[in-house]
Amino acid sequence: MEDIEGKQKKPGSRLCSICTHKKAALKRPKTLEQICRECFFEVFEEEIHKVVVDNQLFKSGERIAIGASGGKDSTVLAYVLSELNRRHNYGLDLFLLSIDEGITGYRDDSLETVKRNEIEYGLPLKVLSYKDLYGWTMDEIVKMIGLKNNCTFCGVFRRQALDRGAALLKVDKVATGHNADDIAETVLLNILRGDIARLGRCTSIITGEDGPIPRCKPFKYTYEKEIVIYPLS
Amino acid sequence: MACGTTGTCGSGCYKDSNDGIEDSTITITTTNTMSTPSSTTLLSQHMKLCYKCKEEEVINSTGGLCGICFRNSLFAKFKQSITTHDLISPTDNVLIAFSGGPSSRVVLEFVHEIQQKAQKNSDASRDKLYPVFGVGVAFIDESVVTSIASHDLDNAIQDLRLIVSSLAPPTKELHIVPIQSIFSTDLKDGRNKLNELLDTVSDATGKEDLLCHLRMQCLQKIAFENKYNKLVLGSCTSRIACHVLSAAVKGQGYSLPADIQYIDARWETPVVLPLRDCLAQELNMLCRLNCLKTLDVLDAPRSGINDLVSKFLTTLQEENPARERTIVRTAEKLIPFHFNRLKEMKDPDETLPRRHRRKANLQPYESVPSEFLCSICCSPVKKLDVECLSNKLEGCETNFTIFGASCCPSCQFQILPKDLSSREQFYSLLPRPMTTRASDFISGDQTWLREQIKDCLLSDSEDGI
Repeated sequence: MEDIEGKQKKPGSRLCSICTHKKAALKRPKTLEQICRECFFEVFEEEIHKVVVDNQLFKSGERIAIGASGGKDSTVLAYVLSELNRRHNYGLDLFLLSIDEGITGYRDDSLETVKRNEIEYGLPLKVLSYKDLYGWTMDEIVKMIGLKNNCTFCGVFRRQALDRGAALLKVDKVATGHNADDIAETVLLNILRGDIARLGRCTSIITGEDGPIPRCKPFKYTYEKEIVIYPLS
Repeated sequence: MACGTTGTCGSGCYKDSNDGIEDSTITITTTNTMSTPSSTTLLSQHMKLCYKCKEEEVINSTGGLCGICFRNSLFAKFKQSITTHDLISPTDNVLIAFSGGPSSRVVLEFVHEIQQKAQKNSDASRDKLYPVFGVGVAFIDESVVTSIASHDLDNAIQDLRLIVSSLAPPTKELHIVPIQSIFSTDLKDGRNKLNELLDTVSDATGKEDLLCHLRMQCLQKIAFENKYNKLVLGSCTSRIACHVLSAAVKGQGYSLPADIQYIDARWETPVVLPLRDCLAQELNMLCRLNCLKTLDVLDAPRSGINDLVSKFLTTLQEENPARERTIVRTAEKLIPFHFNRLKEMKDPDETLPRRHRRKANLQPYESVPSEFLCSICCSPVKKLDVECLSNKLEGCETNFTIFGASCCPSCQFQILPKDLSSREQFYSLLPRPMTTRASDFISGDQTWLREQIKDCLLSDSEDGI
């Protein structure tokens, strides 16, 4: 929870409250500050950097796989991580890891986005498909079991697929694009389900440290709205 | 039974089935109205019998029970809470907080029943030594903040007086107190102060929550002034489930366990929740079945987060009736605070017969360290936040800054105004108990504070006993 600092704004002016000389272009969802575009980029990126540093998410020289679905979270994550890696010399080896569930009309489009990311950000891409790993596509599974519990299957398969992909790439960590909204949903969901065990674990920024591949969520404190605004502004 | 019949209710008060009552998935349906006599010779094929007594017919949405067994099951839950956790003892003088809703109405009814039984036992006993606990009823008149028409309010209050007077003997004193009385004895002045205070809070949820805390202040004041030693609330499982989700959303996770236990002794007059294991739907049903009058006109619409959560949970509960209990069960896994137990009685009263002596508590109360409580909502504040508080106190100027620092992060975010001018106004309008609590802890109790933070202080010169 952020405490709003109550910056005094001059009546009638709409100047950015951070740099105070450019005109304010947007209202930041997290703090409701009115700031200009450049300052927004800066605070957004610097906050991620702070999260990485404060929580000691990465060590220099580590190989990190970014779970890339082609969606907004993972695309922004790929961009920001590669940018911060360069700017602050994290010394990380970044990779894009994408999973093809075999859902026609859904995954094919997002895979195109990921391939574009590979080119744009210069990050090597690995795609693993359910068909190759398990011999089943999601479409085939749904044909078997219907639409009620298919999400569970997909989630379980995807988690293992990410682990396998990470092992194939020989990475040290997997970074996913889970944002603050996702974590909030997970907390509420676990309360509603009465899943005490998960409830205790779900807010950790690094999970699975005692397992094969630890996973981290650099966007844990980032609002989904800001992730949406970031590429568009 | 409250409506005076021994068996099935007459057709007057029980409305036809499916009258807005949600059908839970586990009910056995019956198509008959209540006027059909339930003798075995007239048993139609559709009629199902109560699984407990196997004599009366089942009522919709009670889980397969007849009216009497349904009431008994709720009363049994109530009684179990009281005996297991020692919520009411014979020497107590309890104050029931009555809001007019179904839960308060049921708690009033049930407390009256156990009081009546205790009185009968006492009258019948040879030596007449058994004390019977006293019961009072408090109603907080919030008409200055809600938009209720004055004649509706007058009717409601009249109904209230009737209800309380009908629940005698033993007689119960009724306290009708307007909420603005905690601001000043002059009600007009108090009303202006209250409205001004609420206006300084911009957040809708914050306003509602602040009003809730003021309500508790008012109840505590009534209890203290009239020498009650326990405050009974009718909070049920559903309300607690709403609170669990709202608290999670408002960032009050640390203090959440304090609010959901049977006993809450951080207040001057400890608060007990005997109906904690009953669902709102059950209590609503009971009021209908037993013709217990509720003051529905007083229902103020909720707003903001509380309203959203309440509506959300209603939807969830329709899909899965076990949801509210699951939520409360999850929250029960959190460790309660030390004040969620009652103090140990110093010397068991020798004049009481053996079975009335209270069981000794596990741990003497005095040795447990006290928690730092927020000045507005009284919720315990985490040690880390207390350390921030000590930093802020170094060379702080205004009263408001001191006060602001003594509030929990949630109140700071939600209730305290953001801009400087509103802040000072807010502080000046707060009722005395809230502001003195802050200054007591801070100026008067420096030693306690120092004790809490001594690990962080670098130059820890003299002692800090």
